[in-house]
Amino acid sequence: MGRKEEAVVEAFHLRKTFGDLVAVEDVSFCVMKGECFGLLGPNGAGKTSTIRMLYGFSPLSGGTLKVFGMDIEKDWRSIRARIGVCQQENSLDPDLSVEENLQVFARYFDIPLSEAKKRARELLRFVGLDGKREAKVSQLSGGMMRRLVLARSLVNSPELLILDEPTTGLDPQSRHQVWERLEALKLQGISIILTTHYMEEASRLCDRLLIMDHGRVLAEGTPSDLIREHVGKEVLEVGNPPDGLKVLIREKGLEHEDLGHRLIVYTDSAQKVFETLGKHLGEGSCLLRMATLEDVFLKLTGRELRE
Amino acid sequence: MSFLPPLLEPILYLAAFGAGLSVLIGTVEFRGKTVSYASFIAPALLAINMMYNSFFENTYGSFVRMYYQKTFDAMLATPLSLEEVIAGEMAWGATKSLIATVLMQAVVSLFGLIQYPEGLLILPLSLLGGIAFASLGMVFTAEMSHIEMFNLPIFLLISPMFLFGGTFFPLEALPPWAAKIAWAFPLTHLVELTRWCALGSLDAGLIWNFLYLVAFSCLFFPLAIWRMKRRLIK
Repeated sequence: MGRKEEAVVEAFHLRKTFGDLVAVEDVSFCVMKGECFGLLGPNGAGKTSTIRMLYGFSPLSGGTLKVFGMDIEKDWRSIRARIGVCQQENSLDPDLSVEENLQVFARYFDIPLSEAKKRARELLRFVGLDGKREAKVSQLSGGMMRRLVLARSLVNSPELLILDEPTTGLDPQSRHQVWERLEALKLQGISIILTTHYMEEASRLCDRLLIMDHGRVLAEGTPSDLIREHVGKEVLEVGNPPDGLKVLIREKGLEHEDLGHRLIVYTDSAQKVFETLGKHLGEGSCLLRMATLEDVFLKLTGRELRE
Repeated sequence: MSFLPPLLEPILYLAAFGAGLSVLIGTVEFRGKTVSYASFIAPALLAINMMYNSFFENTYGSFVRMYYQKTFDAMLATPLSLEEVIAGEMAWGATKSLIATVLMQAVVSLFGLIQYPEGLLILPLSLLGGIAFASLGMVFTAEMSHIEMFNLPIFLLISPMFLFGGTFFPLEALPPWAAKIAWAFPLTHLVELTRWCALGSLDAGLIWNFLYLVAFSCLFFPLAIWRMKRRLIK
């Protein structure tokens, strides 16, 4: 990338336990300056526990963690002054107006009131909430609240932004709004760590990402590398596959998943697959598409439901 | 809005007890002093007001901020520590006690029921009483799993103090064993201090009531912070 590589976050063998429950078993990763780094995983994979250690909310049960080269256990206060956190749950203050929410929060960072007021206005403009300055938080829609939380996490002009599922529960319009803001922030050079279970979000925003499950890292890399490495270029989906086809695919040793009523074949060359399978494909629907991050995710973390 | 009760409540109480019961009771004799029933209960109303404002702020108010509004979670993403957040909550509880006292004392003084300048000591006293009951409330907030559980300490602790803490009748009217229990209540000491400040006669013995409240606060304030840390830091 040309610019000098400088690690913003260095996490080694992070571990987090709650009594007998192991939320994070062993997670290591680095986030470079100006990078958008994604933490992906199904519910209960340990994403939020990892994030909470990152901003010094949860003490580590094991491992070491440095942010801006400082130890989180010792220098949490100066680290927190330089990061912005967008938590999963809405924690806006319903007693205050939109603008006051930002001003009060700025005071926690010891930003003088006049400066805080100026900053609040800039940020409300940035997230498109200028018109709602005087509104009560309860009058905002879900998407507006999310944008306000995003604005609040930027109040201290952070060098690192930590986002825990920033678009969960938003409609497509609001989601795209949030993505556009995050892309604008990336252009300003802010480093971002983001958890999500929307693969589209991860592919669009993340330079690099890590897929985790059961508190462990399953894979790490750029979205395109991960797809190439774990799935290949293309995916052939066959609906209601005839038994003969399943046997043939096993015989030919093609990489595939058999979901019963649906067969998924991963390949680098769709043409070869068509040549091999040809007339065995049967009468059911047949779909050839590009491999996506979602294929990687499901392949690595399995298809069972998580509660 | 939340400061309307301290303005109106004393008027209601003084009307009911002062005007109504005074006819029956007339004057109260205690510790060799004879005072009108209205000037006996007026300082108790002030002390109860301190207790209510701080205790309820740091039980219901703090619980809502902690549990429903996730305010503490948000604050812990800033350069604030949990100790500072909780200490700030209790300081606000004590501040509310002071504000409510200023308002109520102004009303009560209009009836000529507070002697000055001694009565001015009630203001700093409301901060001390406020910290004591704020800390007590915060300890319950740290322990309660659900907001409805606050009924328990209110029923078992706050209401008995309200009724038997030397508030509406002198402790001497209680059987000796019951009076001993009443002296264990923080409100009893707060009422005692407020009453003698209001009556304008201070004596050296009051130092023990003062020290009781200081000791109570020194115990419960750190206890509240410790229990909240156990609850929230995971």
